[in-house]
Amino acid sequence: MSITVETTTEIRPFHVEIPDEQIEDLRRRIEETRWPSKELVDDSSQGIQLTTLKAIADYWTSEYDFDRLAERLNSLPQYTTEIDGLDIHFIHVRSEHEGALPLIITHGWPGSVIEMLELIGPLTDPTAHGGNADDAFDLVIPSIPGYGFSEKPAEAGWDSGRIGAAWAELMSRLGYTRYVAQGGDQGAGVTDAMGRQAPEGLLGVHFNFLDAVPKELLMAALNIRLAFSGEDRAQLGKVVAIFMRGYIAEMGEHPQTIGYSLLDSPIGLAAWMLDHDADSYEKISRAFLEGKPTGGLTRDAVLDNITLYWLTRTGASTSRLYWETGRAAKASFKNPPPHVKLPVAYTVFPDELFQAPRHWVKHAYHELIYFNEAERGGHFAAWEEPEIFAGEMRAAFKSLRNGAAS
Amino acid sequence: MSVATTSEVRPFGLSVTDEQIDDLQRRIATTRWPSKELVEDRSQGVQLATLQALAHYWVTEYDFGRVEARLNGLPQFATEIDGVDIHFLHIQSQQEDALPLVITHGWPGSVIELLETIGPLTDPTAHGGEAAEAFHMVLPSLPGYGLSGEPVELGWDLARTARAWSELMERLGYSRYVAQGGDVGAGVSDVMGRLAPDGLIGIHTNLLVPALNGPMPTETDEERSAAAQIAMFRQSGNGYFVEMATRPQTIGYALLDSPVALAAWMLDHDTDSYYKITGAFVDGEPTGNLTRDHILDNVTLYWLTATGASAARSYWEAYGPDAPGAGSEPLPAPPIPVAFTTFPGEIWRTPRSWAEDAYPTLMYFNEVDRGGHFAAWEEPQLFSEELRAAFKTLRDDRRSS
Repeated sequence: MSITVETTTEIRPFHVEIPDEQIEDLRRRIEETRWPSKELVDDSSQGIQLTTLKAIADYWTSEYDFDRLAERLNSLPQYTTEIDGLDIHFIHVRSEHEGALPLIITHGWPGSVIEMLELIGPLTDPTAHGGNADDAFDLVIPSIPGYGFSEKPAEAGWDSGRIGAAWAELMSRLGYTRYVAQGGDQGAGVTDAMGRQAPEGLLGVHFNFLDAVPKELLMAALNIRLAFSGEDRAQLGKVVAIFMRGYIAEMGEHPQTIGYSLLDSPIGLAAWMLDHDADSYEKISRAFLEGKPTGGLTRDAVLDNITLYWLTRTGASTSRLYWETGRAAKASFKNPPPHVKLPVAYTVFPDELFQAPRHWVKHAYHELIYFNEAERGGHFAAWEEPEIFAGEMRAAFKSLRNGAAS
Repeated sequence: MSVATTSEVRPFGLSVTDEQIDDLQRRIATTRWPSKELVEDRSQGVQLATLQALAHYWVTEYDFGRVEARLNGLPQFATEIDGVDIHFLHIQSQQEDALPLVITHGWPGSVIELLETIGPLTDPTAHGGEAAEAFHMVLPSLPGYGLSGEPVELGWDLARTARAWSELMERLGYSRYVAQGGDVGAGVSDVMGRLAPDGLIGIHTNLLVPALNGPMPTETDEERSAAAQIAMFRQSGNGYFVEMATRPQTIGYALLDSPVALAAWMLDHDTDSYYKITGAFVDGEPTGNLTRDHILDNVTLYWLTATGASAARSYWEAYGPDAPGAGSEPLPAPPIPVAFTTFPGEIWRTPRSWAEDAYPTLMYFNEVDRGGHFAAWEEPQLFSEELRAAFKTLRDDRRSS
């Protein structure tokens, strides 16, 4: 009995190993891609453009170093531990500085821990990156169940609430009794759920995406549309447009169907992952077509992320999270979750899908302790602008840290 | 001289190479499969067991020569209209005064859907009908679909296709004809009815297109039930529609590169046809004409013609917010007679009141007892009987006039 308990809460070191055959198979599939004809427009209005994807395929097979992924991840302290029946993969980097604030950051779709790797230096070792010793964080970067090297759920029900509860267990298992949480995209959904659950030890949360919009504000906005300013309406239009996007409709309704594409065709996978938001697509497109990356969105980093999805065969299991999110959202209309009473910090990145006005955030989260508009960055803020993002973390959580010291 | 060349109608034969078949078989055999869905029904999409059964049958039992043999066994032609080579089957009845009929397939269909209606419609006396019920049949492939050419410029929306069909019928020498369609083909036929080109004397559809364009009355139980079915489709079954209407190129990559992805995307249409096709592959129990071979004829045709992206673009043109035709004024109701048949397994079960509301010139309405979205494909005999009944009065008009 006690053995079982010890076994299931054990934290085991994790090492990525990729058999050569998998790389060869991937390379062969890319080279043998059967391409469609060119889109009939000169922009991205019909989807991912043929020249962009061909440039990616070319770089992927001719210049990309397939060993990069394993090397980057294996250079970091990686672990797995079983929580609620699933092996959870995470990176755990403790700061050298005493009194560092533990921080759990959750990636989203189409992301992974790859998005967060360049944050590790600035956050855990601030003195080497323009910060002070008392800005330091101990960093926990888990892979969402069904994503990357975390196990795939074998049953329905792994929505953001269940993931949030698993994260609280993870932090507790790591011995953290006072910590903060952060997320954008689906990571914002998980972090929002953590805020509502308010597990013991969680001091506050930071978002760079307003996940609470569909649940609360959208309903309010629809009811009092006339009271909204022009700017509000413009932003609300952008929010509504998100839910009109094909990938959200498809992954939210029939993740299994698109899963076949994402597992069997590397180019199908790359296209689907790149087709997220117009801003990041344009930036990634420029990186491949003109050799002009924007911040951390380099060709290699983008392909690290796609290659990770391919090798871990997670196209279907990652999509299922949208299905779970849709179900949870419907359920929350009937049974609204508790409000977030914990302190909330928020950063607006200018190229995000929509720029949440301060009063929206304040409406969703009453205890708003920090709100800032960053100068640069888009949907993948941590990936694209790790230094700015790290600066936001330092500023956002400063007051909670002081609270911890007192 | 150049005019004569471009309006030429040329015989057409399909030829599939062994390399194409070998490549397809190899790709199916080396499919990298996802894990099983986490539910016991269609609610997460096409189920793994269904698709694996389909892939298994495709590589082990399916005869890859079928598509070529079936199509080349029929009179096929191509002719250039408005810059695109249009492929079509043209089967003339032995009955000289047969009524010319152009039937338009939809997504994820092709002329394959309609092949079993050829006998009953062109040769009624051999299929339980009378000589006076005969049709001359024209079955075109939509631009970007099957063996028609792919548009290389924007603007091939439903109206442009409708105009191309009237040009096609005129080119074939038909001065009095009718048009029919379901799915996208219903969209084309609906627009043909509204444009009412010279010679078109009536249309029949088996999908009520106007119900997709705006709210319909919900005063009766039947109407409320149909509205609920549309709402359910929009909520849980139209991801493919949204993706193709907004991002056809993105999904196009997988549809060209992975036969199993293509099959999954094509099977994921409506709940009724999905379960019928699943029954055929998993339980060996086909419904009507929706047999394993027929389903795979259609998927194989999409694969061999490499038309996943170009077919998807037709949704962008017809329904996408960025298309040139988006937001244009709706066309007036058809001035010519309209006929409609409700098949009970369709995405929504159209009540007579809706058909009357949508088409003031409704001359025929019937609800039959079986058949779904792919009515012509699933129940060719029943479907043919509907067309005989639906267009009967137009024939009589002609005789009396």
